[in-house]
Parts: sequence; C-alpha cells; structure tokens
Amino acid sequence: MIAGHEPALLRAEDVSKVFGGTVALQNVSMSVHAGKVNVLVGENGAGKSTLMSIFAGLQLPTSGRVLVAGNEVRMGSPRDAGALGIRLIHQELLLFPNLSVAENIFAGNEIGTFGRVDLGSQEDRTSDLLTQLGQNISPRTIAGDLAVGAQQMVAICKALSHNVKALIMDEPTSALSAREVDALFRVVRALVDRGVGIIYISHRIDELLDVGDLVTVLRDGRVVGNAVAADVDRSWIVERMIGRKPAEMFAHRPRTVGKPILTVTRLSVPRTATSSAVCEVSFSLAEGEIVGIYGLMGAGRTELLEALFGTAYGAVGQISLEGDDVQDMSVTERIRSGMFLVPEDRQREGLVQELSVKANVSLAHLSSLAAAGVVKRQFEKSAVQSLVGQVGIKVADMEDPVTSLSGGNQQKAVVAKALMTKPNVLLMDDPMRGVDIGAKSDLFSTMQGLADDGMAILFTSSDIIEVLGMADRVLVMAAGRIVVDLRRGQVTADALVAAANPHSLASVGA
Amino acid sequence: MAVTGLRRRPRVISDLAEVISDLRTPRRWPKLVLRLRAFLALIAIIVVFTSLSPFFLTWSNLQVMTEHVAIYAIMAIGEAFVILTAGIDLSVGSTAGLAGMVVGALLDQGLVLHPLGIIVFFNVPIVILIGLGVGAGVGAVNGTIITRLGVTPFIATLGMLSFVRGLADLTTNGATYPNLGGSAHDHNTGFAFIGTGELFHVPMTIVILIVFLVVGVFIAKRTVFGRRVYAVGGNDRAARLSGIRVNRVKMGVYVISGVCAAMSGILITSQLGAAFPGTATDYELNAIAAVVLGGTSLFGGRGTIGGTVIGAFVISYLTDGMVLVGVSEFYQLLAQGAVIVTAVALDEAQRRRLARATYVQVEAVTGVSGTDGVQQEAPPPETLAQRVVAEAIGREGGS
Repeated sequence: MIAGHEPALLRAEDVSKVFGGTVALQNVSMSVHAGKVNVLVGENGAGKSTLMSIFAGLQLPTSGRVLVAGNEVRMGSPRDAGALGIRLIHQELLLFPNLSVAENIFAGNEIGTFGRVDLGSQEDRTSDLLTQLGQNISPRTIAGDLAVGAQQMVAICKALSHNVKALIMDEPTSALSAREVDALFRVVRALVDRGVGIIYISHRIDELLDVGDLVTVLRDGRVVGNAVAADVDRSWIVERMIGRKPAEMFAHRPRTVGKPILTVTRLSVPRTATSSAVCEVSFSLAEGEIVGIYGLMGAGRTELLEALFGTAYGAVGQISLEGDDVQDMSVTERIRSGMFLVPEDRQREGLVQELSVKANVSLAHLSSLAAAGVVKRQFEKSAVQSLVGQVGIKVADMEDPVTSLSGGNQQKAVVAKALMTKPNVLLMDDPMRGVDIGAKSDLFSTMQGLADDGMAILFTSSDIIEVLGMADRVLVMAAGRIVVDLRRGQVTADALVAAANPHSLASVGA
Repeated sequence: MAVTGLRRRPRVISDLAEVISDLRTPRRWPKLVLRLRAFLALIAIIVVFTSLSPFFLTWSNLQVMTEHVAIYAIMAIGEAFVILTAGIDLSVGSTAGLAGMVVGALLDQGLVLHPLGIIVFFNVPIVILIGLGVGAGVGAVNGTIITRLGVTPFIATLGMLSFVRGLADLTTNGATYPNLGGSAHDHNTGFAFIGTGELFHVPMTIVILIVFLVVGVFIAKRTVFGRRVYAVGGNDRAARLSGIRVNRVKMGVYVISGVCAAMSGILITSQLGAAFPGTATDYELNAIAAVVLGGTSLFGGRGTIGGTVIGAFVISYLTDGMVLVGVSEFYQLLAQGAVIVTAVALDEAQRRRLARATYVQVEAVTGVSGTDGVQQEAPPPETLAQRVVAEAIGREGGS
C-alpha cells in the first residue's frame, strides 16, 4: 500500500532473531523507502535495537532475508552494510574528541597517498559537506569543543562522506536542545529530498510524528503497526506500543501511606556548565509509598537518584531524610542514615563480579556482621541466607560467583544487598531493566512487601506499563523537571507519554 | 530458594573435586594448566634442577633456598594486597632498602639527638618496629599521593621508587653500616637472630614468612578489610555505592605493602650483617612476578595470598637453581624477564577465558547476546577505544 512498484531500498523479510532461548525478533518484515523518513518505534526491549543491528550489519538474522533494492544480501559486518550504502549513526556518536572535524570525518578513510594524509583536500571536502548541510562549522575545529548538536552534524557528514543510500539514526535527539532538534530536522529533510532513506529510531512520539513519513511499531519482537505518519496520532502509537493493560502485569494492592520521610527541595544537578540535568526539583516521599518516575532518555531520572544518594557531582538543593539534612553527607553516611540506591547498571555499579553471591549481598553491611574487623561467618551466612529467601534468589550455593546467576537473579542480589542495610528509603534506578518476566513479578512483590512494612521506594522506568502498574504515585520527568505528580489511577498511558515529550518540540515541523 | 545449607562442602574439597574432574576431561586441560600454573612451574623447576645438580634436592639446600624465598615472599604478600585493588607498588625494593638503612643506623650509630647532645640506642625489637614503621610511612605517602592527588599508582610508586632509594643513599651518602652487632652496654645485641637464627630448628626467616603468610591469608579471607580489598579491586564503583570508603582501603593496602617490604629489607640486612643503601634493588620486579605468577590478576579483584607465596617459591628457586648449576648472572636476568612476561601473558589468557565464559553464561541465561546487551536496547558492542571516546565526549547521562 505504501510502496510504489519499484522495490524498497532496504527490506527485512520474515526476519527472526533468537538469542539463546529468547526470541528478540519474530517474523518481522519492514521496508525502508528511499526519500522517506522511516520511523521505528517501540518500548525498551521491543526489538528496535536488534532490527537496527541487522540492518547495519552488526548481526545476522537467525532466519529470514534482508533485501537491498530487491536483491537478497548477507551483511556480516558494518563494512558489508557500508559497501551497500547503509550507514548507522550511533546514539553516542563515537567521534574522536581530540581530533579536528575533518580528521574525524575521514578517520579510517583518509585522503592521501603513501600514508601521507592530504589535510588540505580533507578540509576542503569537509567544508563542502558541511555547507551542503547548511552548517557553519570550521573543518579545523576540535570535535570535542563542539556542542552535541554540532557533533551530530559531524557524524552525519561522516556518513555522507561515503556513498550513503540508507541512514540509520538511533535516538538522534536524546541529547539535543530544542533549537538543535530543529536544525537536525531541517538536515533530515534535506537528506530525504536528495533521495536518502532515513531509518529513524526514537522514543519521542510527538517528534516522530513531526519528522516521520512512515511509522512501524514494534512490540515484543513483532511488528504491531504499520502506517503513514500523517494518518495516525499519538494515542494510536501508544496503544500499539504497550498492548497490554498495566493491571495484567502487576498485582498491585492498595496501601495506606504514612508520614513523609524524604523531602526534596529545589534540587538541581548540572549537566554542563550551562545546562542542568536536574532542574529545581521538589517532591516528597512518604512511608510505605512506592513512587515511580517516568521519563525519556536524558530526562534526568538517573541524575536525580544519584543526587539523592550523593554521587552526582555538583548537586545543589535540600534533601531531608526523616528531618535530617543529608545533602552534605557522603554515600557511606547516607547509607547509615537509611538510604540505599540500586543502581541502573548492575554490571558496572551493582555487583563485584569476582565475588560470590554471599560476599556481594553482605558487602554493604559487612562491618555490622563482624567483630573487631573479623567477619563472623555464621552470622554472615544466616543473614545472607534469610535475605536470599526473602527476595527469592535462585542459587544453588551462595559461594558460587555472582556472575553465574541469571540477569533477574543478579538484580535480586543487588536488592538483597540493599536490604541488608535496612534502609527506610530505597532508590531503584530502572530496577526491571534486562529482567525476565518472572523475576519482575518477584521483585515487585518484594517491593510491595517492603512498602507494607513502611519502606518508601522511589523507582525509575522508561517502561510505561511498569510505572502505571507498580507505582502508588507517578512522577514524570522531562528535561530535568518534574512535570507530572499524580496518584495512581489519575494518570493514563497517553497522558504519561504526552507529558514526557518535551513540548517545545511539538511545533518543530518539516 | 535457600537450599544452600543442605549441600555445603568445604571449598577446598569442592575445588579439589573440580581439579580432578578437569583432569579427566582433556578439553579442560588448558584451563587447568592456567589455574595451577605456579604449582606446575614449581614442580618443573624442581624436576629440572634436580636432574642437573645432585645438590639441588638436599635438605640443606632446600632450607637455604627457602630462606631466600622468604625475602621475596614477604614482600610479595604486601604487593599482592596492592595488586588485588588493581594498583601496583613499584617502590617496595626501595622501601626495603630504606628500612634496612634506618635499622642499620639505629644499631650502628644510634639516634643522635643534636640539641640535647645525646645518642639514644634502642633495643632490637624496638629498632625492628621502627624499621617497619618506616615502611608504613612510605606506604602512607604512596597512598596519599594516589588517593588525594589522584596520581595513578604506577607513576606515584615509580616516583617513590626513585625518591626512597635516594633517601636510603642519603643516610650515609652511599656508604654501608658495617657493624650491626650492637653492644651489651647499649642492650641492643642480637639483631642477627631474626635473619640467621633458628626457632625449634626452623630458620627464623621461615618462621617469619609463616607468620606473614598466616596473617596475610587471615586478613584477605576473614576480615572486613580483606573483603573490601577484593571489592575495590573487582569493581570500585560498586564498592563506592555500597558505602565502602574506597580511598581508605587503598591507603590500607599501600601501608601493608610498605610494612611487608620493610620486613624483607630488615631480614636481608640481618642476614648480611650490614646495611647498605643498594639493598633489594630491582626486587619489585620479583615481587610483582611472584604475585602474578601466583594467579592474582593485575586488573584486581582476583587472586590469593597463598598463590603469591607459591609464586615467590617459583621465582626464587629458579634463581637459586641457576646459581647452583652455574648459569651466568646475565642469563639469570634473561630468565627472570621471560618469567615475568610469561606470567602476565598467562594472566591475560586466563582473564580472556573468564570473560568469554561469563559472556556465554550471560547469553545462555538471559537469552540475550552480548551484542544486544544484557541491558535492553544497549548499543552494539564497543571496542575499548570507542568506549573511551564515547566517555570522553560525554555519554548521554539520562537513563
């Protein structure tokens, strides 16, 4: 219906991808058309990244075919994809911050002979490319000195320095200001006019509808929607993205909420010298309350939790825990005052991979399990054992390395470590990330049990279902601010998404 | 599911069972060789030198060689604590030298208090404690430079290697303290005992090695501090977020390393019966080699004190064996260099093997390959360079 008679520029046909026992993509077909912005949207874990990786040659499909201009191809590396005119602009740009713009654009592909780099020609070509995009950037500028938006332009130029037919852009606007987004969209339009097919991945639905021509919605590894952008609206997309009703996922039960325990007043965290990751945020948390923070990538959720726990650099504002000001306390002191953070990235920040399950769980509370600096082993064992039981870690032997656990059980181990310190306020940064369904429901029932006993829990998520299903109260963050603070039941999925999308972008159009 | 208590066996037995099962499976032999490398190397050395010299495997030679081992092993035990935190201490040889000189000065010259015009002599135990205190002091300076000034351990301790050796030279302008015997009048005789004496027919150096080994293993395995050392080396971000004061732990390991190095220096001085400023020059290489050969990862978080002592046996027996069969000193240097590089290469191989095993495990358990990330929607795998670049330009902080 959408395509004309000529074959699509790039097409996935009946593509499946299986990792171990999990199906990441199931019989997915998607066409990418030349001269169009082909939008790919879905929640975390829907399979967007996997599909993008297959298009970019980073992964091969388990089954199914990839066609370029109607011919089946096998792209085993990004180089293969590049030879066919398919380029990916990574979300994190991957520029060399210490090299000039021109050197970045031609890195690995230098102009010159016998190993001598012809800097002049490189700079001339760079100027040409930048001019084509209407950018006023000197080829000699050091890339690291540019603003993120300008760096994005350099990354685009780098792709254009090759023969590019299809350009994959992964969350290109997540770090951009409204003005930069505006500039980016103009460039996207210019590329489309030149016949380039854009594959555009983003969580920002309002923005997708502005810039996109065709929309494909993924959920749980399947295509659940395919439409011309002009024919659909936000609710249409949200409905397809989330599919299920929140109540079906999480067995929430109502609770009575006690007195306020954590009060945050005008808390800010700088991102750069001139911008804030968290901006003048105020809210409070009561005993026995589970509060969910929803927000898009870059909204400042992680920075907010880090500021509460004392690990965000340069945070200012007031944080009062049970009436005590904790803002000047170190992490160690905050833990002692009854706070604990389950960090977002459990591999990098949550676990010590070399240690056993037992040693990880007891790590934060060791001194209380010791006499004169010597760990009381029976004490430690029984303390860990009871927590392992409480959060339901499936482990054969507590002395096994923590890396032998599945993702969900590793997360439970981090939670057990947190509970060992008997916190009154538990901060959980995206606790359900990379966790299977069974472990999700275990974790949620643990959280409810803790809240019943009076613990205040603040968690973040970029999964709408999780926030709506688990939280007693929902906060929405956008651009560093809390824009919604509503009780459970007062907020719908549609309203959540609308609030999380920065409004300033709504007017930016093609 | 806390079924743990039901089928718990001591680690030693389950480890042994694992080794035996690996022995039965040829496919796992490479893993086994990597794991038992220090032990196998030690056996190889004993077999080779026994066949080359009839004197090698004699009781008296083993005793002499083991006294040499003690010097390296005590130093290496301290080094192991540092390396377990993913640090390194290059200053241990110089620290040993300085401690030896301080002890020598106190025994030979006494403490000269110029304003009062008196000279104080301390008895031997006090002198030794002061010597160990000097080591602790050097360690504390290392720790301060690393934790407060943010200088990387390699550079900080490289600087101290030179600085502390300079201090040792300055005590006498390069000369030797020849007379450490003390005098009955000053109540400071008997220094030779700790290096050359015997306790129940066991050489004192070996007694001291056993004490350091037992205490070292106890600290590493049983104390809160030891657990924190492993945590800091394994993942210092996770350690920090668990409320561990990472800088204190780092400070602690450099102090331990300084004390151990000083003990080595004092033993050498006692054995020689003289203190000279060049004592233990280049010993840091042997200490590091012993640690790595003993299975401790240079990336931190993995390794044992016991393994380190076996590593010290390998290094020391190799050197002494070559002396015994008359290999030129220059070839000894070649051999030592080769052993160090081989030890680190083996460690690297083991690390890759472990990384791969974890990767496969993660993939199998979560059903998500490393490429797609254990985290959902993770970016494709990055090379180290890419990651450095990405971090340098400021990762999207968001969520």
